[in-house]
Amino acid sequence: MATTIATQKPVAMTGNGGCALAMKQINPDVVAAYPITPQTTIVEEFASYVANGAVDTEYINVESEHSAMSASMGASAAGARVMTATSSQGLAYMWELLSIAAAMRLPIVMHNVNRALSGPLNIHCDQSDSMGARDMGWIHLFGENAQEAYDNTIMSIRIAEHADILLPVMVLYDGFIISHAIDRFEVLEDADVKAFVGERIPERALLDTDNPMTFGPFVMPAYYTEHRYAMRNALMKAKDVVLEVSKEYGALTGRTYGLFEEYKLDDAEIGIVVIGSTAGTAKYVVDEMRAKGIKVGVLKPRLFRPFPAEEIAGALSHLKAVAVMDRADSLGAAGGPVSLEVASALYGVANRPEVQGYVYGLGGREVGPDLIGSVVEDLQKIAAGDKPTTAAKYLGVKE
Amino acid sequence: MATIKELSKREDLLSGGHSLCAGCGASIAVRQVLLGVRGPVVCGSATGCLEVSTTSFPMTAWKTSFIHNAFENSAATMSGVEAAYQVLKRKGKIPADKRIKFVAFGGDGGTYDIGLQSLSGAMERGHDMVYVCYDNGAYMNTGIQRSGATPFGASTTTSPAGKAGQGKPQWRKDLTQIMAAHHIPYVAQASVSHWKDLVDKAEKAFAVEGPAFLNVLAPCPRGWRVPNDMTIEIAKLGVQTGFWPLYEIVDGEYKISFKPKELKPVVDFLKPQGRFKHLFKPGNEQLLETFQSEVTKSWEKLKKLAGVE
Ligand SMILES: Cc1ncc(C[n+]2csc(CCOP(=O)(O)OP(=O)(O)O)c2C)c(N)n1
Ligand code: SF4
Repeated sequence: MATTIATQKPVAMTGNGGCALAMKQINPDVVAAYPITPQTTIVEEFASYVANGAVDTEYINVESEHSAMSASMGASAAGARVMTATSSQGLAYMWELLSIAAAMRLPIVMHNVNRALSGPLNIHCDQSDSMGARDMGWIHLFGENAQEAYDNTIMSIRIAEHADILLPVMVLYDGFIISHAIDRFEVLEDADVKAFVGERIPERALLDTDNPMTFGPFVMPAYYTEHRYAMRNALMKAKDVVLEVSKEYGALTGRTYGLFEEYKLDDAEIGIVVIGSTAGTAKYVVDEMRAKGIKVGVLKPRLFRPFPAEEIAGALSHLKAVAVMDRADSLGAAGGPVSLEVASALYGVANRPEVQGYVYGLGGREVGPDLIGSVVEDLQKIAAGDKPTTAAKYLGVKE
Repeated sequence: MATIKELSKREDLLSGGHSLCAGCGASIAVRQVLLGVRGPVVCGSATGCLEVSTTSFPMTAWKTSFIHNAFENSAATMSGVEAAYQVLKRKGKIPADKRIKFVAFGGDGGTYDIGLQSLSGAMERGHDMVYVCYDNGAYMNTGIQRSGATPFGASTTTSPAGKAGQGKPQWRKDLTQIMAAHHIPYVAQASVSHWKDLVDKAEKAFAVEGPAFLNVLAPCPRGWRVPNDMTIEIAKLGVQTGFWPLYEIVDGEYKISFKPKELKPVVDFLKPQGRFKHLFKPGNEQLLETFQSEVTKSWEKLKKLAGVE
């Protein structure tokens, strides 16, 4: 089938600029947001789109992230298409509402530009913010670079609003590394984005006053479990919808996305699992190692919630050893959140590969090819018979 | 302003069958406020007695569109609903002639304390909505804990009267004045005992363009330790003693809506309530005097603001 790919133009922009542009092209009904580094430039740029009449969004300058999420929820329940953005403490400040938003089945799309949680206070990149909010019923979509952040923004609208899903989506990417660095990427024309995202037609809405409805009721034990079960089922279905929407987007743009990306993994003996911008560095290291005859590959999760455990286990099962790199720690657990997920996904696999967890890059600590090179060396030893440590190894700690 | 005959023909938008206590002031406040709105209305509520007792899934007592989000964000949630209305109307997704009103309810805890930021933000931004605080002077839903609205001397489960403590040691904060400082077009204080005044104020609040705030005295028989059938009477005493003056601030202009020739002594309001029982023990006369002098001072100040003798 000959598919015609839409005309796109290359731009040089920051990740945040790309996401603000995607928001402009989506032209959401309501945006309620509060500034926090490194997210701020999204809402600033979007405010200028509003001020210049480039969008006809109702932009609510709320007094806190708690109210940003509250207002987003009110607007979404009213029937509007809603977007917002935050980072770190801002996301933490919304925490109470994140689970209510999912339970109320409100398809809000929110950028969370990944930043370390306090304390100590740190504005730089790691993923401890969104990882701390991973069990709230939101869909978590990670991007590696500005292109993916832009693309995920547009796809998320469709995923969130899909009739089988109706759940909020977090579009995630690394603070500063992606949000503030200028990258070259392809953008669609406004009309194509508009056609792709379509209109939101809510089945239930507060503003449909002829059919009054109570949102957010009080629920006794007799029904609570059923509500959570319905959320779980919808969230698990998101896997299929992500694939479906990504396929359609691929036909439009020529850029195909799955639940995760595999890089030289087919014939690999050892593999690195890593989310976000570091996956780019890991791929570079893989190329270097491959030139030396080392059979290493990368698996880059894109969809983290719901976690595609079966699919990821399938993609890793032929390896001898897997390194899972976490840019967040799950304090008090054996390792970071991704390593725990991967280890548990592999648990049922016969002859499963050894899994070694690593915690790296916290609070914006530099992650270069050398550091990833050291992981590969480590992994070769494990593939040759060394036992992995139960607790994840902290990379690059100054002792 | 509607007559009682007209009001009697209007539909109650909060139905019976909810599980609020007998004699609860909150539901009376809500029904009277909703009698003041004509046409479609979207209601919101903070977590608290009102919300948990009217929305127990799969039932609902609300005949209107209704949203509950969390404890402290009823105003922010309604900001979003109102913003959605403005934009969907502008985009032609809602008929241009469809007028919808918006009202957020919150108890005193959800309004004076934890929700103050969200309320202040919503008022400052100027959303076209009415915020109603049903003030029963404590966190009733969690078992009568003190709030910023709890009166001086009241015994609550977190400000109990005992050997060393004599109930809440602080004066209550004056939220109505805080709201007036937001320069919003309409602010009023009302009481469930003065139904006509309350419905009239609700009508005015819904009529203004922009934010309006109503603070409604809504006794809680359980927390105030009064009989269930005393709600209206005790609220009336609150007004007659000057503890809860009825007034409004329209575009910054103060107007007292009910001027008793002479205020009744505040003990008339305190005495019937079990939560003030300890104040009447020998040795606590000073506390009663303090209470009285604070009420008198506030009343005099209000009269000055309203330019009356
Ligand atoms: C963030 C948060 N803190 C505490 C609570 C517990 N809580 C629920 S309702 C309530 C008190 C409500 O008091 P008020 O607003 O005065 O309303 P009332 O119950 O008196 O009607 C509290 C403390 C909560 N739900 N959320
Ligand atoms: S405890 Fe008080 S406020 Fe709560 S329902 Fe009963 S009377 Fe009403």
